[in-house]
Amino acid sequence: MEPQQRSVSGSSQSPRSPSSQPFLSVSVTDPVKLGNGVQAYISYRVITKTNFPEYQGPEKIVIRRYSDFVWLRDRLFEKYKGIFIPPLPEKSAVEKFRFSAEFIEMRRQALDIFVNRIASHQELQQSEDLRTFLQADEEMMERLRSHETGIFKKKPADLMQIFKDVQSRVSDVVLGKEKPVEESNPEYEKLKNYVFELENHLAEAQKHAYRLVKRHRELGQSLSDFGKAAKLLGACEGNALGKAFSELGAKSETLSIKLQKEAHQLLMSFEEPLKDYVRAVQSIKATIAERANAFRQQCELAETIKLKEINLDKLMLTRSDKVGEAEIEYKELKAASEEATNRFETIVRLMNEEIVRFQEQKTVDMGIAFHEFAKGQARLANGIADAWRSLLPKLEVCSS
Amino acid sequence: MMGSENQGFEEAHLYASKEEMENLVLDEPLNDNKSHSNYRSALSSLADTHHPLSPPVAATPADSDPLLAPPSYSDFGNPSIHDNSYLDPPSYADVTFSPFDGDTGNDINGIESPSKSSDNSGSLSRSPSSSSEYIKITVSNPQKEQETSNSLVPGGNTYVTYLITTRTNIPEFGASEFSVRRRFRDIVTLSDRLAESYRGYFVPPRPDKNVVESQVMQKQEFVEQRRVALEKYLRRLADHPVIRKSDELKVFLQVQGKLPLPTSTDVASRMLDGAAKLPKQLFGESAVAPHEIVQPAKGGRDLLRLFKELRQSMANDWGGSKPPVVEEDKEFLERKEKMHELEQQLSNASQQAESLVKAQQDMGETMGELGLAFIKLTKFENEEAMFNSQRVRAADMKGLATAAVKASRFYRELNAQTVKHLDTFHEYLGLMLSVNGAFSDRSSALLTVQTLISELDSLHSRAEKLESASSKIFGGDKSRIHKLEELKETIRVTEDAKNVAIREYERIKENNRSELERLDAERKSDFLNMLKGFVLNQVGYAEKIANVWTKVAEETSGYVRESS
Repeated sequence: MEPQQRSVSGSSQSPRSPSSQPFLSVSVTDPVKLGNGVQAYISYRVITKTNFPEYQGPEKIVIRRYSDFVWLRDRLFEKYKGIFIPPLPEKSAVEKFRFSAEFIEMRRQALDIFVNRIASHQELQQSEDLRTFLQADEEMMERLRSHETGIFKKKPADLMQIFKDVQSRVSDVVLGKEKPVEESNPEYEKLKNYVFELENHLAEAQKHAYRLVKRHRELGQSLSDFGKAAKLLGACEGNALGKAFSELGAKSETLSIKLQKEAHQLLMSFEEPLKDYVRAVQSIKATIAERANAFRQQCELAETIKLKEINLDKLMLTRSDKVGEAEIEYKELKAASEEATNRFETIVRLMNEEIVRFQEQKTVDMGIAFHEFAKGQARLANGIADAWRSLLPKLEVCSS
Repeated sequence: MMGSENQGFEEAHLYASKEEMENLVLDEPLNDNKSHSNYRSALSSLADTHHPLSPPVAATPADSDPLLAPPSYSDFGNPSIHDNSYLDPPSYADVTFSPFDGDTGNDINGIESPSKSSDNSGSLSRSPSSSSEYIKITVSNPQKEQETSNSLVPGGNTYVTYLITTRTNIPEFGASEFSVRRRFRDIVTLSDRLAESYRGYFVPPRPDKNVVESQVMQKQEFVEQRRVALEKYLRRLADHPVIRKSDELKVFLQVQGKLPLPTSTDVASRMLDGAAKLPKQLFGESAVAPHEIVQPAKGGRDLLRLFKELRQSMANDWGGSKPPVVEEDKEFLERKEKMHELEQQLSNASQQAESLVKAQQDMGETMGELGLAFIKLTKFENEEAMFNSQRVRAADMKGLATAAVKASRFYRELNAQTVKHLDTFHEYLGLMLSVNGAFSDRSSALLTVQTLISELDSLHSRAEKLESASSKIFGGDKSRIHKLEELKETIRVTEDAKNVAIREYERIKENNRSELERLDAERKSDFLNMLKGFVLNQVGYAEKIANVWTKVAEETSGYVRESS
């Protein structure tokens, strides 16, 4: 069941039909396991169809692996501060070893959603890095990928520290400041609290959703075992009663299969979207951290400028020959400060837009997920009712 | 959907303290034969104080109350089901199962049992062989009493008695309602006496003795478990078409004061009895009273007989010659084999039934937890809402959460019923014990016959030898003639005993046969009812659950765009 995330910026049309509507459509397909043992990895086919002028052609197919997606995400995160970068599925070193079909499919789906979200985002879709990702050949991609690990990858420890700063008002040891520099914006405070609490709630819901998948599997297994036992009993009893047991056993086994199917559906169409939601919130937290950074920089520069101003005045008064130098420095600082302010304000503006978009998008995403969930449960329950109901006339026959 | 504003939250509170559900206490298996502890604890955990479900059920497999068995298919109050309307599928939504016994107040969802008033028997749902006879036994009111007679322990021995109330219309009882107080020891006595009198019958096994400390004996839980076990046992006895008319049972149920049945505990005097008899037996002088043949050889009493029967059985197994009488009834042997096989399959099925019940329970629980989590989310989004899209989402979540909580409740109800239906497996597994008992009655009776026949053979050959030896002496051998006469007397007595033993053996064989017939018929009926009940139950609740989710699917259908 493909989630309806394949949104395009315009109508989706074949590249050949003449159309003035710009579109960019991407799909991640055909996972293939490559390599051996610890080195094993999955490669995916990424197919791009577009009429954007910046692109090399109407269609392009490239091979990408998970770390390529990570590269893209990191680049976007660096360049587009303030925008909620779509989340990636977890690295998961453990599951990688098993590479079960289910895991591979889940990952493929998540990566497909990831790229499509970027492609349908007004700003992100213009990104040069996206173009590189969608078009560069494998060798180039490999070079870029390994080059970036040193510089742009944030160490988990750093990330955690930033989160801590935002979440609790602990003094910023890294900067050597005693008082944390924070925005005093009540609405923004509210938003931050909301985001952090939301993550907790969602994580819990997702946990139960995952357990529910397991329960479906377990129930399926026990129905299968029960069915077998009933069949054996039926064989032992013989006659009408034996037949009844055999029929029951057969039905039970049929239902077991239905349950396993539904478990898979539940995983893909309900649990995954919930997990995705959690990741999205975590991505917002990263943006919040960036905003805090930008704000701090802006404040620092403002402080530094003040000091420089005082210094400059002093120098001017004393008619020092260092005035010229100081003036240049001051001008540079002024420019930097303006830049920092711009950066910060851009982030604020973008975040305000993003949060609206995010809430709307999530309502749609969840609406779809709920629908699929309810549909699946109804389908399962009806299947169960039908299967058992069909057994009743047979049981009637046995007792006459 | 929004109408059920508070319902979701109420239901949330229902499950607020569901730790009880989550902490399944596993009782140690009290029955050494089968450990159904997980199943039983699942049963007891289903006794959720929030729901008016059945009271906590005890942890021994022999304990499931026969009255809690599902009503037979024909007992349905719902007429539409009688009409075989599979063309127009009846909605099973209104069908809920309640146990027969209104006394214990078991009402599911407050819906009264359709057969509460019919009250036809205190037994499994099939109607008893004789049309309108019934015996209904209730065990209640446990009380501590003191042992009045000399006790070595200062402070005296306390024990528990139970009030046993019988309601019946069987004329032989002479009254329609009466009560007595009995203690567990009395049950043991009753059970032993029945085993002696009804050899070859499928006599229901009594509850275990449970050798535990006196402290535990008096604990509320233990006493309650025992009460349930006793009630179940007595009801099973009343259910048996032959045993229900027995003197032993009558006496047990009616005679006030001390139970006037010989006890089994008189070991000491029996030992003495046996010791006094032994020298006589060893010298072949004592007459074995024929009626004593009827009982299997017991330790302490019939040492010599035991030795002889043991020798015989060894000769049967290892000796070259065929024993004088063998189990010739091929049909019986086949059925015995089948019973053994059946027992194995029942055990397997009952285990899998346990797992199924557990899986259904887990499903219900997790579904409920999911619903709760979403209710919290709904509240959160509503409180913190800055955008309308959040409110919309909160409303969607609420719909989902409410459905999940409802579904969870249905799963739990479904499971409570499933437990009762599938309990039939456990019931019959317990019954297998009595079947085995009846078969061993037959084996030991056969052994007695074989032993006596061998004995007779050896007596005859001794007599022959004596005769030929004494005939060689002219004028006769006074001492030998005397011995010969004694021997002939012994032969006569043993011949009598042999005839009695053969009659007994035949009697037991006949009991076996008729009981097997009865078992087959009742088993078929009970299991078919179980299957129907189980299936109907599944259908009913699956429909309810489907409805709940269909509604949510409809409400959220607007989100699904046509796939590109």
